[in-house]
Amino acid sequence: MLEIKNLHANINGKEILKGLDLTVRAGEIHAIMGPNGAGKSTLASVLTGNQAFEVTHGDVTFNGKNLLELSPEDRSREGIFLSFQYPVEIPGVSMVNFMRTAVNEHRKYKNLEPLSATDFLRIMREKKELVEMDNKLTNRSVNEGFSGGEKKRNEIFQMAMLDPRLSILDETDSGLDIDALRIVANGVNKLKTSENASIVITHYQRLLDYIVPDFVHVLYNGRIVKSGGKELALELEERGYDWIKKEVDGE
Amino acid sequence: MEQQYIDLYKQHHESIKKHSADVMNKTRDASFALFEELRFPTASLENYKYSDLKEPLAVDYGLNINRIPIPVNPYDVFKCDVPGINSYLFFVVNDAFYPTNDPRALKLPEGVIIGSVKEIAISHPELLKDYFGKLSTTKNDGLVAFNGAFAQDGFFMYVPKNVVLTKPVQLVNIMRSDVDFMANSHNLIILEEGSKAQLLVCDHTVDEVRFLSNRVTEVFVGENATYEHYKLENTHTKTTNLSTLLIDQRATSNVLANVITLHNGITRNTIEIDLDGEHCETQLCGMVIGDKNQQVDNFTSIIHNKPNCNSKELFKYVLDGFAKGGFTGKLLVAKDAQKTAAFQTNRNILLNKTAKMRTKPQLEIYADDVKCSHGATIGQLDETAKFYMQSRGISESEARLLLMFAFTNDVTELIRIPALQDRIRMLVEKRLRGELSKCEGCVICQ
Repeated sequence: MLEIKNLHANINGKEILKGLDLTVRAGEIHAIMGPNGAGKSTLASVLTGNQAFEVTHGDVTFNGKNLLELSPEDRSREGIFLSFQYPVEIPGVSMVNFMRTAVNEHRKYKNLEPLSATDFLRIMREKKELVEMDNKLTNRSVNEGFSGGEKKRNEIFQMAMLDPRLSILDETDSGLDIDALRIVANGVNKLKTSENASIVITHYQRLLDYIVPDFVHVLYNGRIVKSGGKELALELEERGYDWIKKEVDGE
Repeated sequence: MEQQYIDLYKQHHESIKKHSADVMNKTRDASFALFEELRFPTASLENYKYSDLKEPLAVDYGLNINRIPIPVNPYDVFKCDVPGINSYLFFVVNDAFYPTNDPRALKLPEGVIIGSVKEIAISHPELLKDYFGKLSTTKNDGLVAFNGAFAQDGFFMYVPKNVVLTKPVQLVNIMRSDVDFMANSHNLIILEEGSKAQLLVCDHTVDEVRFLSNRVTEVFVGENATYEHYKLENTHTKTTNLSTLLIDQRATSNVLANVITLHNGITRNTIEIDLDGEHCETQLCGMVIGDKNQQVDNFTSIIHNKPNCNSKELFKYVLDGFAKGGFTGKLLVAKDAQKTAAFQTNRNILLNKTAKMRTKPQLEIYADDVKCSHGATIGQLDETAKFYMQSRGISESEARLLLMFAFTNDVTELIRIPALQDRIRMLVEKRLRGELSKCEGCVICQ
């Protein structure tokens, strides 16, 4: 589904990703862990087409298409979804209007008719239940005045609405208390099928108790330096990253 | 450029007076003398520093001093068939009140008088004499003085004590001429104690010639009365629209003034609200969407003369192309106007590097127990928000549109007539999509 080869990327002239390789197949959950500044969020930004980052080298193919050539909106319509580490507040744009526009733009891309108002509201109601989202929130402006937990739930709600092939969860656990974490993780698990895949970016092993990965990768200094099964996450929790840093830096 | 008007006045002041009303003629010579002294305002005056009127004022406009009827039926060029905006509809063609033949206009509540200043001056002179020119003749302003010299008629509305107009009154100014044309008119609106009225003023141009309109509107809002004034401008780029709105508020009165420029050429709105009684509520707001070479300058002034009044001001501009915007928010709190609460906000978005915005809050506070604030910002669309929307599959152009629409929405929300609010929302969206690049007929009701 997703194939990243030798990816290099800069921000403000500083190289953050330095030859990253990663392959994700349908049905898989990949966890990406690593110390601060390793390039985890940069990877998420580059995959979604954030203009602040410049790709200097490498290829990314997504379902056979050259992802790097697509606009951010076309990447979304092709089925990539990023749950933002810091969801953006958009005063004055209602959640309903925002979501309806997004859903209908996805449908237009697939040559489908726009959803009727009743169908849209019905689907919205169903998906809200998935993340136990308060009705009041969808009547408000996008993320405006939402608590940290509400914002993260809203991300998963949007993910449910857009039904992506590949979802990237960037530090979705940060700022969540244990109940919110459980709700968010439940939502993600319910959306899991053999057709879609997820990349879970996290600092801590905690989230991986709820969303169990098939693969765990350690990102350090712009590259994936170690990969393993879910037990690698437990090892990292116990031993930290220093031993990996030593292994890599000692090369 | 003033000379041609000075000569015109000296030569034709008898005709000007003959085709006007006594109440207007009374102060005409004095206004002319003041104009001779002040001349047209230039950008070197502090109050006009954001208005560049030199070019439009130099055009050789025709005036209709002898009041020759203009061959137009406004009901033909203006089709109002939107369900929802059910209004008492009146027309002013150029500067003449159009004799109404609309049956809807006839069912006004008891005692309400709407008509032309000229006619009312004959039928009800007592209604005019205490009010006409009371606010305008004290102004030391070249445009107001010019209006005082040349305006021969205007729109008049009187709402007696405790009468509530349940439908909005709609005044449509239509500019219609085969040659470049100037119209001056002087409107008067009187709301007596405890009455309520809503006025929607729409400015339109029909022909593709250059127009200049210079309108002065005086509004007297009596004790405990409620007045809403909506001004919607949708004119073509060859139009120069100069308007002066003077509002006097008495105790516990409530005023909302909302000035929206959707499309225009050059616009200068002067809005002055005097709070002359305690416990007044004032909401003054406006929105400008400008591109091409459009210019809009809103000069506003709220004067708190008495204690315990609240005023709120909100203006928002979205400028693209080579548009130029100006905003002045003058706020004066007199020495005895304690417990005043006055808040002013002006926010502007420039969509490119060639559009320009100049803004100036101007607060003069002489009382010591007040709550006043002001804020002015000029910025761009929020790139982070735009990317967030794009990452959800919303195209860049649609994301920009949603953000601009959201930006103007808090001004639209202040419209208290639901049908008008819906209509304006729709028009703003059309305008932002570039579908209203030219004024054809009436956008309010097409």
